Amino acid sequence: MFAVKGLKKTFGNNTVLKSIDMQVDKGKVIAILGPSGSGKTTLLRCLNALEIPDEGIVGFEDHQVDFSQKVKQQSLIQLRRKSGMVFQSYNLFPHRTVLENIMEGPVQVQKRDKKTVREEAIELLDKVGLKDKKDLYPYQLSGGQQQRVGIARALAIKPELMLFDEPTSALDPELIGEVLRVMRDLADEGWTMVVVTHEIKFAQEIADEVIFIDGGVIVEQGAPAEVLSNPKEERTQRFLHRILNPTD
Amino acid sequence: MLTNNMVLGGIVIPWELMQQSFWPILIEGIKVTIPLTLISFFIGMIIALITALVRISKIKPLKWIFNIYVSAIRGTPLLVQLFIIFYLLPELNVTLDPYPTAIIAFSLNVGAYASEIIRASILSVPKGQWEAGYTIGMSYRKTLFRVILPQALRVSVPPLSNSFIGLVKETSLASQILVTELFRKSQQIGATNLDQIVYIYILAAFIYWIICFILSLAQHQLERRLDRYTVR
Repeated sequence: MFAVKGLKKTFGNNTVLKSIDMQVDKGKVIAILGPSGSGKTTLLRCLNALEIPDEGIVGFEDHQVDFSQKVKQQSLIQLRRKSGMVFQSYNLFPHRTVLENIMEGPVQVQKRDKKTVREEAIELLDKVGLKDKKDLYPYQLSGGQQQRVGIARALAIKPELMLFDEPTSALDPELIGEVLRVMRDLADEGWTMVVVTHEIKFAQEIADEVIFIDGGVIVEQGAPAEVLSNPKEERTQRFLHRILNPTD
Repeated sequence: MLTNNMVLGGIVIPWELMQQSFWPILIEGIKVTIPLTLISFFIGMIIALITALVRISKIKPLKWIFNIYVSAIRGTPLLVQLFIIFYLLPELNVTLDPYPTAIIAFSLNVGAYASEIIRASILSVPKGQWEAGYTIGMSYRKTLFRVILPQALRVSVPPLSNSFIGLVKETSLASQILVTELFRKSQQIGATNLDQIVYIYILAAFIYWIICFILSLAQHQLERRLDRYTVR
């Protein structure tokens, strides 16, 4: 459904992604793991062209973008409209209420009927457990609540693919669960998801496939039972050991 | 005569003259100074917004032109700009009264300064807000107008109010190109009462102060209204 071929990205002299191929099948959840600076966030941001790759093909079956050539702005917008993104720092619109945040995309971009969108937005809020917060402003919510609104806002544009960039990394530990629960529900509903995360347990339980990335290359990939429980590569083993035993 | 004057520590204050002059000066303030400020500021804000948007854009040649404009206005005295425009227009065979001439000069001046304020406010909005706009499918334009500018304008209200209040006082320079506004009216009254001219100027200062005081109250109200979505 969604695929990446020969993706390369450099920042100045620093090659962040060396040549990434990946494939995301419909309804699958892919977890991307890796040490900080490994390129995992850059990879995710290349998937919806928040970072413009230097080379490579990114896209859906019916809309592919070849970054080796000059790319039109409209083509990038087209790519982005097919995926929803959840940010580490939520990035809600502070000047709009919770409901307005969610309705912004469908009403302003997709030009859909306001009344229908409003009903759908309230349903989405119900799904993430925040129906009673619809008229509040983001600053009146906790981090976990803001992130759940962020998820609802991304879902509202009815994307084919949901991207999560370390969605729980900015949260207090006791708020992580409420966000992960929403994400598990989405996975159960059959959403196609790519998740950059440090939550090993979440990856183990929810992901269909785990990709371990380091130094801008995919070091290891496969079912969570293989990659997380029986990693073949030494780099993967070391990373998992560090994460699971932080004080060693 | 002495009964109408107030004696304070040996200084004789011409109370009656000040009372008589108060209304004529205030009326010029209301009729000329305030409209001159409002119109110039309004046009200036349009210029400022366009300038700021061009300067954050990637349209190269246009960007340079606006950079030069801002640099030139910021690098020269307002009084000199006023004189140049006043004497330049006739050279170009444009006949304009002093009043609209002053509006042109003040608009260009405030436009350059305010463009820097607006540009800085736009840049102060976190990059994540642009990205949030893009990821729900918005174009650059849409993100700018729906996401970035509303937040940037909130940030720019205090410094823009400062420019506005500054402009109220700077319009006194228009007296130099024969616009009879608050200050020139004071000069005219003072000219017939040379002995007490300092008191006329004190009166003029007082009226400027009242106008600016009322404006700063308005600024405070506006900021409170705009504060509804931020942490108090």
